Amino acid sequence: MSAIILLLLVSFGIAAVFLVGFLWSVRDGQFDDDYAPPRRILFEDKEERTNE
Amino acid sequence: MNSSKTNTLLLCEHCGDTCQNQYVTLRNMVFCCEGCKSVYQILNDYNLCAYYDLNSHPGIKQTNPIRKEKFAFLDNPEIAKKLIQFTDGSRTHVTFYLPQIHCSSCLWLLEHIHRVNPGITSSRVNFTNKEVFIIFDPLVISMRGVVELLTHIGYEPHLSMEDVSRSQLRLIDRTRWYKIGLAGFCFANIMMMSFPEYFSDGATLEPLIKKTLTIIILILSIPVITYCASEFFINAWNGLKNKYLNIDAPIALAILITFGRSLYEIITATGSGYLDSMSGIVFFMLIGRWLQDKTYQTISFDRDYRSFFPIAVNVLKDNNIQSVPVDQVKINDIILIHHQELIPVDAILSKGHAEVDYSFVTGESLPVHVNKGEIVYAGGKQTGSIIELLVVKEVSQSYLTNLWNQENSSKNTSARHSFIDVMGNYFTYIILAIGVVAGGYWLWQGETHLMWNALTTILIVACPCALLLSASFTRGNILRILSLNKFYLKNANVIESLSHIGTIVFDKTGTLTENHKTNVSYAGMFLSPTLKTRIASVLHHSNHPLSKVVLQYLDTPPMSHIESFKITEHQGIEAWVDEHHLKIGSQEFVGGLMPHNGKSNVAVSIDSQPIGVFHITNTYRQGVFDLFKSLKRKYTLSLISGDNNNEETRLREKMGNDCVLLFEQSPHDKLEYIRYLQDSKKEKVLMIGDGLNDAGALRESHIGIAVCDDENNFTPAADGIIHASKIALMDNILEYIKSGKKIILLSFAISIAYNIIGLFFAVQGTLSPIIAAILMPCSSISIILITFGLSQLYARKYKLVRREM
Repeated sequence: MSAIILLLLVSFGIAAVFLVGFLWSVRDGQFDDDYAPPRRILFEDKEERTNE
Repeated sequence: MNSSKTNTLLLCEHCGDTCQNQYVTLRNMVFCCEGCKSVYQILNDYNLCAYYDLNSHPGIKQTNPIRKEKFAFLDNPEIAKKLIQFTDGSRTHVTFYLPQIHCSSCLWLLEHIHRVNPGITSSRVNFTNKEVFIIFDPLVISMRGVVELLTHIGYEPHLSMEDVSRSQLRLIDRTRWYKIGLAGFCFANIMMMSFPEYFSDGATLEPLIKKTLTIIILILSIPVITYCASEFFINAWNGLKNKYLNIDAPIALAILITFGRSLYEIITATGSGYLDSMSGIVFFMLIGRWLQDKTYQTISFDRDYRSFFPIAVNVLKDNNIQSVPVDQVKINDIILIHHQELIPVDAILSKGHAEVDYSFVTGESLPVHVNKGEIVYAGGKQTGSIIELLVVKEVSQSYLTNLWNQENSSKNTSARHSFIDVMGNYFTYIILAIGVVAGGYWLWQGETHLMWNALTTILIVACPCALLLSASFTRGNILRILSLNKFYLKNANVIESLSHIGTIVFDKTGTLTENHKTNVSYAGMFLSPTLKTRIASVLHHSNHPLSKVVLQYLDTPPMSHIESFKITEHQGIEAWVDEHHLKIGSQEFVGGLMPHNGKSNVAVSIDSQPIGVFHITNTYRQGVFDLFKSLKRKYTLSLISGDNNNEETRLREKMGNDCVLLFEQSPHDKLEYIRYLQDSKKEKVLMIGDGLNDAGALRESHIGIAVCDDENNFTPAADGIIHASKIALMDNILEYIKSGKKIILLSFAISIAYNIIGLFFAVQGTLSPIIAAILMPCSSISIILITFGLSQLYARKYKLVRREM
């Protein structure tokens, strides 16, 4: 039966890793602005372009 | 400049405005003004035209040309220092607030400005806060250069006294995210660890496993109650200190009792407690609160007069012009105010021609002419050429500041008890009563143990959380839908109060009418082109705001030569044109028998023969009259205006005969009228206004809503802000808000039904723990889904969301 306790602790540990990941991303400011980042990634870096 | 009229609708390439009779062209593109064209040229020169590809017409209309020396004050190191966050000599960090940011084009352009000037190392936009964070090299480009660059491409930073007086580092509050994350983690794990107990179905678990599980559950619940739920306890305690049970009081009580009972069961090994449902409730409640708070991220409700005061003014000292921070301006200083600049202090006009626009302070839409030696008040905006003013009062003493502070102190401090609070209270009392009766019964029977059991079980099972949960989710979604319609409310309790409104009081200028837009009509003899030219030629020499309005209406070039031009102050003008004597001005001045209604009329006579009158009326916002039609059936309407009573007949016709129309009201009169309605007539008043002249009334009224043309412009502190273009939707919004109450009541009824069924089975002991454990989150989730779905459905009914959503 101690296998269940072991499994429990392992699953608990995995969940804890995700929690730490979430808290880290919040701290990093990833939740401060929900508009700019998803659009910024779509911008193409065309350096030369003029509207002639 | 091309002034020919075309039938097709021409849209400005830059800002998308319709180009009416004046536009400029560049290659095959059309611009509404020189300002828009020059922005386009700058972007084109630096290969930044992708700006126009991302969105069509993303630009901001360049209404006022920026004066060249406008940002000279940033060369003053003392002022610039206040804006700088960090500098090491070659890298300077600065954050600007750019209220113009509105689309992905803005984002793209502002993050590519390093192409325009290599001195800018990097720029990063925070869209939610409308801020741009810039790192630049002060050796290549100065602070002033950066601000001017932003201004040239159409994003003039908002620089105000408030920016420099508040602390530079604004911390973003992320605690709610931490709380939600932690509560979610604890809730999910506690649920998982409670399953073996539920599934064991009577058969006892191995003691070691059971012990381990309960210990882990207990440890996990500690951060939930101490950290995640802390705001409920703090709010409840603050309410109790003010002798008032608020919405958080019952939930704090329920959480505490659930935790206490669970702790007792675990320690005495009589059960496994209810820690799973406790952490679940905290988690869902936090999400509900987050939904409610989302609206206020982008809008600030508590801006004060400092946020629209300039940072610095030009002071004339020993024939030198110096930039001095506004709060350091002393009495007897001479300050220079340019066109379109705000007068920050009370002062005496010493030089120049002042036409002061007090629309912000008084609501009067036309500028006021000020003579030399007369006083001008802070808050007015100079329209016209440069003027010199002699300061008579410092900023902190000025009329505007006093007005503001006075209204701040008279603020109604009594807490508004919302329907949810009241209902939550009743609910708490009823539950407590049932608990006491049941507990008393068992005490009378001599079963002390059963007494405690009965008391706590009733409190836990019938926790008012369902009510609170449905309330916070419904209101959160209503706030979200309203903000999609550019109607922003200060907090969720305002929704409640709005559904009890009985009287609606409107301000006129700026609220019902459009700012700086007038409608001219002419009555009298036919105006031949020659006559038009003659009138225009005379008007051309006058600086009076009404002359300009009429001149614009005539749309005729002033070609005739005039002689003996004469101005009679406050009366009118006269001159000889082509051997005819023209008099233009007020009826008394021009003479002759003509209908007299109000003062915004311009009469014209030729050789003492009256020929006609120009009536200048306000342009009403679109849909306002339809709004009156639907509102007057349900509410008592009133109108209080600081303006004259020209429009009385027109408004009377539209607003109905029983409505009260008051004109020429001072800010104080408005406040008194609201007070009279609320105190003597016991009405619940909704005040809709704009400008500082309504600030007192907005605060005094039960609910005050400020109307603004741009959500980021200054608005007086109010319970809500509505975008001017959406004011016609007011009726639908009020109806929608009323339906919110129905949704809360319905979902509350459903959750009571859940509780009754649950209690019924629990009392008989026929409810297996596994069913209970599944039912508990199911009831919460179903209530969330019901409230969300219904509020979305009602929003469709009142046309507040589009079909495809």
